[in-house]
Amino acid sequence: MTEHEPEALNVAPGEPHDSMVSETISYVVGLGLALLLTAVSFWVASTGVLWGPGVATGLVVLAIAQMGIHLVFFLHISSGPDNTNNVLALAFGVLIVLLVMIGTIFIMSHMDANMGPTPEVMNLQMQH
Amino acid sequence: MSTVSETPAIGLTHGGSEDTGLGQRGPQSKSIVVPYGFWLFVLSDMVLFSALFASYASLVHATDGGPTTAELFDRKLVAVETLALLLSSFVCGLAMITAKRKSMAWMQIWLLATGALGLVFLGIELFEFSKMIGEGAGPQRSAFLSSFFTLVGCHGAHVTAGLLWLGTMMAQIWAKGFRQDIVRRLLCFSVFWHALDIIWVAIFTIVYLIGTLP
Repeated sequence: MTEHEPEALNVAPGEPHDSMVSETISYVVGLGLALLLTAVSFWVASTGVLWGPGVATGLVVLAIAQMGIHLVFFLHISSGPDNTNNVLALAFGVLIVLLVMIGTIFIMSHMDANMGPTPEVMNLQMQH
Repeated sequence: MSTVSETPAIGLTHGGSEDTGLGQRGPQSKSIVVPYGFWLFVLSDMVLFSALFASYASLVHATDGGPTTAELFDRKLVAVETLALLLSSFVCGLAMITAKRKSMAWMQIWLLATGALGLVFLGIELFEFSKMIGEGAGPQRSAFLSSFFTLVGCHGAHVTAGLLWLGTMMAQIWAKGFRQDIVRRLLCFSVFWHALDIIWVAIFTIVYLIGTLP
């Protein structure tokens, strides 16, 4: 690498650490945690001992946790000063993702509830 | 390249410094700018998937009298798929470590393992799709199935593109060695591959696990 000085200020997403040991540990820990969370997800989904209506929410929380594990241990997104740009871009991405998903689900479920089929529509559906 | 010793010399400190962090040194090197730009693409790809997730969540109960999620999905297959893609992502990380040490043989082995595990994932997905279509549960059956095939198929298309990219990278590094521009491309590929696994976490949770809750 020809330019040494700017390298210290920023780090590319997914760029391996300088130390091979810490890098390997990062991936192994990430794999272990991801496997654990996946196993817990499948267990939560199939067991009967948990309170049924809460299971879906719990699964979403587990999925978000696992995405965080992937970001930190596989993509090396950290809170360090050399990572600010990556984190800001990620934060903006998460904002848009949440707006699109929560906004759509919220609006569509309300429209679904408020716009029940009118008699004319029911008749049209019967004819087909 | 030790961060600790260089930071004071550059003068990027918070407050007191005349260095704004931009002007005097000029733009960042390509090894930073290119993966950062690719990171922005990956994030916008996730925005694309969020729209597909939102439409799936809105349409999941619109089965039009056809098969429902609980009748269609097989959790065991999904568990194998999940494991294959997670291990593929992990092995891709090992390939990046060996690439940084310029160890050609190991890197090619790990990349080959990455591709093989990706192929296992894709094979299971195609098997599942063909089985569903054979049972008359194709994308034209109901709004739910249209959105299902759009969402999961879009992820599968990304994996396919990733596998083609992986093969290209293996050939390029083999032919051209660890040139800086080639290594940059490899880094972008690893970001792409890890991102696909992140999206799969959302898919197996929202589509398959929540879809087959008792």
